[in-house]
Amino acid sequence: MLDVRGLKKVYEGSGRRVEAVRDLTFTVDAGELVCLVGPSGCGKTTLLKCVGGLLTPSGGEVLLDGRKVSGPPPGMAFVFQEYGRSLFPWMRVGENVELPLKQKDLSKARRRELVRDALESVGLADAVGAYPWQLSGGMQQRVAIARALAYEPRVLLMDEPFAAVDAQTRADLEDLVRGLWRERGITILFVTHDIDEAVYLGERVIVLSASPTVVREQLKVDLPVERDQLHTRVDPRFAELRTHVYEQIQAAKKGAAAS
Amino acid sequence: MRGVNAALGAAGLAAFLALGEAVPRLGLVEEAYFPPTSRIAEALADEAADSAFWTALGDTLTGWALGLAIASCAGIVAGVLISVVPYLREATASTIEFLRPIPSVALIPLAVLLYGTELRSVLLLVVYASFWQILIQVLYGVQDVDPVADETARSYGLGTWARIRHVLWPTALPYVMTGVRLAAAVALILAITSELVIGAPGLGKRIGVAQASQAVPEMYALIVVTGLLGLLINVGARTVERRALAWHQSVRGEVAV
Repeated sequence: MLDVRGLKKVYEGSGRRVEAVRDLTFTVDAGELVCLVGPSGCGKTTLLKCVGGLLTPSGGEVLLDGRKVSGPPPGMAFVFQEYGRSLFPWMRVGENVELPLKQKDLSKARRRELVRDALESVGLADAVGAYPWQLSGGMQQRVAIARALAYEPRVLLMDEPFAAVDAQTRADLEDLVRGLWRERGITILFVTHDIDEAVYLGERVIVLSASPTVVREQLKVDLPVERDQLHTRVDPRFAELRTHVYEQIQAAKKGAAAS
Repeated sequence: MRGVNAALGAAGLAAFLALGEAVPRLGLVEEAYFPPTSRIAEALADEAADSAFWTALGDTLTGWALGLAIASCAGIVAGVLISVVPYLREATASTIEFLRPIPSVALIPLAVLLYGTELRSVLLLVVYASFWQILIQVLYGVQDVDPVADETARSYGLGTWARIRHVLWPTALPYVMTGVRLAAAVALILAITSELVIGAPGLGKRIGVAQASQAVPEMYALIVVTGLLGLLINVGARTVERRALAWHQSVRGEVAV
């Protein structure tokens, strides 16, 4: 479904040349939940923005259903880390969720239905009339997720969406994302720097090297589909997987220091 | 607290008016040039009864409102265009910096040459002065667009026009409001000045006539009217600002969540 081939991104500016992403190749199948994890500063956000068509890669290509991505494709939604800046403070929650739908050819009734349904899915049905800044951080990120859901994307890109919320909220939101993924069968590409999160959420974890980034390892997460914060996290298999990913990332950092 | 502040404000104003009454009466200043408050109030009441006064007020307000409206539209359209079209901002920056500081009153001779004492003379000066206030604020406002908000809009397939309407415009609106408020004050100054100097019909011209005919209390009464106008314009602009920007941090304050 999503095919990333030899992706390369070089930033050039004022005499400095930064190779953020060197050569990335991986695929995401339809209905898969894949987590990308890597050491901090390894160009995860750059990668995701290239996939989402927000940045033009310097080399390689991104294919969505076999078609080259050259701008934000209609079947894709993006959830940003900075929910406070990604939601528009001049619009109420309902309007925020509805805005992307206005770009699609939908009737007003259908738009309303999608908005209501999406807000219900994230447990914020009664917040339609509130302004985003009247909500807590976790609730704001839920609104951003609802906006993405209402858009009915086939691929959902999430860029460290829970990096700025507290640990308890984060656990709730992780369960929410897994729940939505199972319910709706959306393909999710989830970027995080948190190893536990990557293993807990993903069906597959792609470990990236330090910048300039390449794929270091792809790891199938063979935990049961049914996961919960209490049991999954104390599962010996969970511990093994996270230790393995942790070692990979440590090695990736050392590798970067050595080269 | 608000009640106390209002009471203090009223007391201060009353004291000022009383001082204006007492000082000329005590002979500290010459009464012919500084009439006591009560004399000015009397003259104000006479003015209010005179239909010519209302016509003049209407003329001034017409010049002010029309000029402000033209300047606002032109300033907003130009500001957005300059920001959106690539390279236009860099290309126009130096010209704007050169034209902006030219005092509008320096254009009075030009206005007279072109339009004489017509309304268009007033408009030329008012528009020139207020246009820059608005344009500069729009340019600042547009620069304030949050890259994350813009990327969000792009990722959901919003085109240029939708992004201007839903992201750029609301972001710039607080700046636009400030610009319009500043421009409204400047526009009034220029409207009165041009009437006074050029002799275009309006309150300014009436002040000049009162002065020339030694009608000193009437002159003061008219000055008071212009002051009140300025006050009303400012209060009005602030009210509109608060309404339109209820979502903005400066208006909503800190919200407990």
